[in-house]
Amino acid sequence: MTAVAENTEVGRARLRKEDARLLTGRTRWTDNIAVPGMLHMAILRSPHAHARINSVDVSAAAAAPNVVAAFCGKDVAETQGVLACAWPVTEDIVMPTYLPLAVTEVRHVGEPVAVVVARDRASAVDALQLIEVDYDPLPVVLDIEAALAEGSPLVHEDKGTNKCYTWVFDSAAAGSGGDVAGVVADAEITIKRRYVQQRLIPSFMEPRSVIVEPAAGEGGSWTVYSATQIPHILRFLLAATTGTPEHKIRVIAPDVGGGFGGKLAVTPEEWIAFAAANRVGRPVKYTETRSEAMVSAHHGRDVIQDLTLYAKRDGTVTGLDVKLLANMGAYLGIVTPGVPLLGAFMYNGIYKFPAYRFECTGVFTTTTKTDAYRGAGRPEATYAIERIMDELAAEVGIDPMEVRRRNWIRHEEFPFGTVAGLTYDSGNYEAATDKAMQLLGYDELRAEQAARRESNDPKQLGIGISTYTEMCGLAPSRVLGALRYGAGGWESASVRVLPTGKVEVVTGSSPHGQGHVTSWSQIVADQLGVPFDDVEVLHGDTRTSHKGLDTYGSRSLAVGGIALVMASQKVREKARVIAAHMLECSPDDVEFADGAFRVKGSPEASKTIADCALAVFAAHNLPDGVEPTLDSEATFDPEGFSFPHGTHLCAIEVDTETGEVAIRQYVCVDDVGRVVNPLIVEGQVHGGVAQGIAQALYEEAVYDAEGNLLTSSFADYTLPSSADLPDIVSDRTETPATSNPLGVKGVGEAGTIAATPAVVNAIVDALRPFGVIDVQMPCTPERVWRALKEVIA
Amino acid sequence: MIPAAFDYIRPSTVEDAVNALADAGEEGKVLAGGQSLLPVLRLRLAAPALLVDLGGLSQLRGIREDGDMLVIGAMTTHAELAASSVPLLAQVAATVGDRQVRHRGTLGGSLSHADPAGDLPTAAVALDAQMVLAGPHGRRTVAASDFFVDLFTTALAPDELLIEVRVPKLQGWQTHYTKVGRTAQAWATVAVAAAVRRENGSIAQARVALTNMGPTPVRASAVEQALAGVAVDGDAIAAAAAHAAEGTAPASDTTASAEYRSHLAKVLTRRALLAAVGR
Ligand SMILES: Cc1cc2nc3c(=O)[nH]c(=O)nc-3n(C[C@H](O)[C@H](O)[C@H](O)COP(=O)(O)OP(=O)(O)OC[C@H]3O[C@@H](n4cnc5c(N)ncnc54)[C@H](O)[C@@H]3O)c2cc1C
Repeated sequence: MTAVAENTEVGRARLRKEDARLLTGRTRWTDNIAVPGMLHMAILRSPHAHARINSVDVSAAAAAPNVVAAFCGKDVAETQGVLACAWPVTEDIVMPTYLPLAVTEVRHVGEPVAVVVARDRASAVDALQLIEVDYDPLPVVLDIEAALAEGSPLVHEDKGTNKCYTWVFDSAAAGSGGDVAGVVADAEITIKRRYVQQRLIPSFMEPRSVIVEPAAGEGGSWTVYSATQIPHILRFLLAATTGTPEHKIRVIAPDVGGGFGGKLAVTPEEWIAFAAANRVGRPVKYTETRSEAMVSAHHGRDVIQDLTLYAKRDGTVTGLDVKLLANMGAYLGIVTPGVPLLGAFMYNGIYKFPAYRFECTGVFTTTTKTDAYRGAGRPEATYAIERIMDELAAEVGIDPMEVRRRNWIRHEEFPFGTVAGLTYDSGNYEAATDKAMQLLGYDELRAEQAARRESNDPKQLGIGISTYTEMCGLAPSRVLGALRYGAGGWESASVRVLPTGKVEVVTGSSPHGQGHVTSWSQIVADQLGVPFDDVEVLHGDTRTSHKGLDTYGSRSLAVGGIALVMASQKVREKARVIAAHMLECSPDDVEFADGAFRVKGSPEASKTIADCALAVFAAHNLPDGVEPTLDSEATFDPEGFSFPHGTHLCAIEVDTETGEVAIRQYVCVDDVGRVVNPLIVEGQVHGGVAQGIAQALYEEAVYDAEGNLLTSSFADYTLPSSADLPDIVSDRTETPATSNPLGVKGVGEAGTIAATPAVVNAIVDALRPFGVIDVQMPCTPERVWRALKEVIA
Repeated sequence: MIPAAFDYIRPSTVEDAVNALADAGEEGKVLAGGQSLLPVLRLRLAAPALLVDLGGLSQLRGIREDGDMLVIGAMTTHAELAASSVPLLAQVAATVGDRQVRHRGTLGGSLSHADPAGDLPTAAVALDAQMVLAGPHGRRTVAASDFFVDLFTTALAPDELLIEVRVPKLQGWQTHYTKVGRTAQAWATVAVAAAVRRENGSIAQARVALTNMGPTPVRASAVEQALAGVAVDGDAIAAAAAHAAEGTAPASDTTASAEYRSHLAKVLTRRALLAAVGR
């Protein structure tokens, strides 16, 4: 075969097709869309973290200028449906009823209580002030440990407990390793640490917005526009919980401005807009304000991690015990209970631990619910293990990279069955690490660090290491089933070839900023030998893409991309028959190369996909029994996860007088397998690293003692901007995944997973000679200063 | 995040603006760059019936000399100030928020808003600026130290406008502003403005003012006294700076505790002074 033309598009740093439109403002955000006769909705939210609702009086609001309707939870109690949690992780999990509009009780500040629908948005907001709600405040419970204590106030009185579930993994029971209890006695080194994952707010750029066009009479259908990551799941759950027939619901996720997991949700606001539109019989739009997003869209992380690491004097780990307390918030979102479990399989990281036990208890509190946030479970796991590996190095008295080398899986040991029961298909930790150390100038920095320590420099230098892996490509459906998740993990794609040879691709993986349109075009261009510009990618509308499981968990390429390859191959096989007919030979004698079919051994005559497309369009002269179409569809269910990995290193200066930290250098070498578009990969890495740094240094959702969210605007919730971030030096190694035909792994969360421990390890590394072994995230100047003050005093 | 309804006018003379405010009484509010007022309106912390936009008063924009004073119009933006050579104020204005904020926000708005974390009020206090106010009964001049009354409260009456700010040219002085905030674009956790006049190798006079160390900007008078007449020397400056937190009343909030702010005040005072004298 001649050199494969197949590789011309995949691997190319194509500018994104999406950007010309996005950057010039010609976008269709949900809030930009107006449908005829549309009304506007505003939501009155609870000012109490916990209260009984005695009465709600909407009469004055209903009579206000321009108001069409006002109602409260009681008015729609029968019709509003409920919000589903799709992941009941244990058999005895406590699952509270989650109503879109509260009826008798509110359980967090910001919970929706009443609604105004008006002719314009300002009138709706004005009328909210006329609604009278009589509340009886109830005791709040905010702290996870306090919530589990005897006699704690209950978030859900009828459940009799604040414990949601306890889920356990034990490598001895699973047969993937030894018994942790058995290594305790012989452990030469035992290190216990508590790490706290603060609560974070997924700060997507576009606030959530929804429009519901109700059925116009008997037999009509509903159209729902929503700024969501999951239009297909939204459609299914709307049908399942409101009794509306699925085929009568069309969901459109138009341009969606980011999500980071925050829009991996079915929201009270969507359900309330649905109820409101049905009640007034006209289309209703709701767009949240930023502060509403911050109190009501789900939060992320909020986990207390207790780790015990057992090791030998030489630094070889013999066992790891992990106990988590995870804050669920007041209710369970679509995957709330499962988020910590996504980390359960990752606490062993890139290492060969002989024994492992994991236990997670989910806890209800009177706070906004938590759910998926970029990385979901894996950043927590990676943070904890990468922090405690540094502690082990300090205990043994060797370089933190050396302790990792002594424990990690060597490249020749792949595929490797881990103590957590996964099989890592491929990887090369040595290669990524060597490259990263070189790029950083690791040895020179260690020398500078020693000099600064020697001279008592008020600015101390720290070097932070994070060698991570993660599981991507959610997910093998059978695995999800075994974990009691409610849905599968397959993805679908279809390829339609138009008579002129242009191609339309429909993907079930609905993007919200990742650049699917560009990457998918590159893949199809190679598969079918058509120009990049001849491919149009369609998504995010259940009328064109009826089937899909959407975008999260770095799954789109590793699952949806493979479905696309499979569908393209079917197109090629159909075309081969047509081409052979035109070339007057048997299909077996035809080969596809350089974008065309040729008879083996006689390369002069050729037929392209476009030739075949025209032939099936005319259908005048097709082989007997051949359907006149090239269109094809495929659904891919992966057999295993994919495992990106990499080494992130940073050098940080810590001002020991003020506690300020400055990231001087940040280097990452990621191995995400085969790369479809290096520009997009780099963008994902940079954005991910920014978010990881943000958890380490800046972001934290803070409640006061009454359960009011103090950080409910960007004036109080600290997000870094480009001015606060270092130049990121990113490079790659490429060890293809063997679990899928493209060799791809996933890159959406890698940066976020890797960066947080790299940064905090660097801060602790700088301050270790003073005796500091931890700084609570976010490592604000004050916290760094206090950590120093405590050990020096 | 949606303000209550209000009326809006954009007068072209100071007199018209003042009269409109006088007519509106408690219901009127001045709009300058809107960088602080609009968030207040959107959060419905205030719901004025009338906004009097000063955007049409071009006479309030710009910097002129008047003897040994510089006179800065209230509608001069942070960006214009940052590009000027007004001592201290130019450097301070450059640290405000981000580029967008600096191009909309004004000196007059910043001073009138009197946010304890605001940078310009501190600079005004450090410079002993004079505020020129216009009201229905004419003009009056108020010293910066009397202008800032409390948290978000100034000597301005509801029907008065701040029209210009007069600051000394400070020939022969060296100044510096040192600011620590959570991010590059954040408000100051604490900041320190320092101005030093040297004579024969020692400090003849020093002015030090602190941001966010109480409800209003404060002068660190103990530091100023300790500096008078001492040699320009690291140890002497450090010793003087150790008095920085005396007499202050910093708040504890989600950004920082009062204790940390007091500590920062001392470190930053030393650093600001050293930077001012070129150390
Ligand atoms: C994202 C962001 C970051 C910021 N960061 C900083 C920072 O780091 N440091 C800092 O100091 N500031 C910061 N600010 C505030 C900024 O400096 C504002 O510009 C300033 O506080 C108000 O100026 P303005 O012209 O926008 O006034 P406006 O917002 O229009 O008015 C503010 C108040 O002053 C009154 N007012 C305005 N002008 C007059 C006048 N001439 N006479 C009488 N009353 C008047 C108004 O009625 C109102 O009450 C920030 C603002 C934002 C939005």
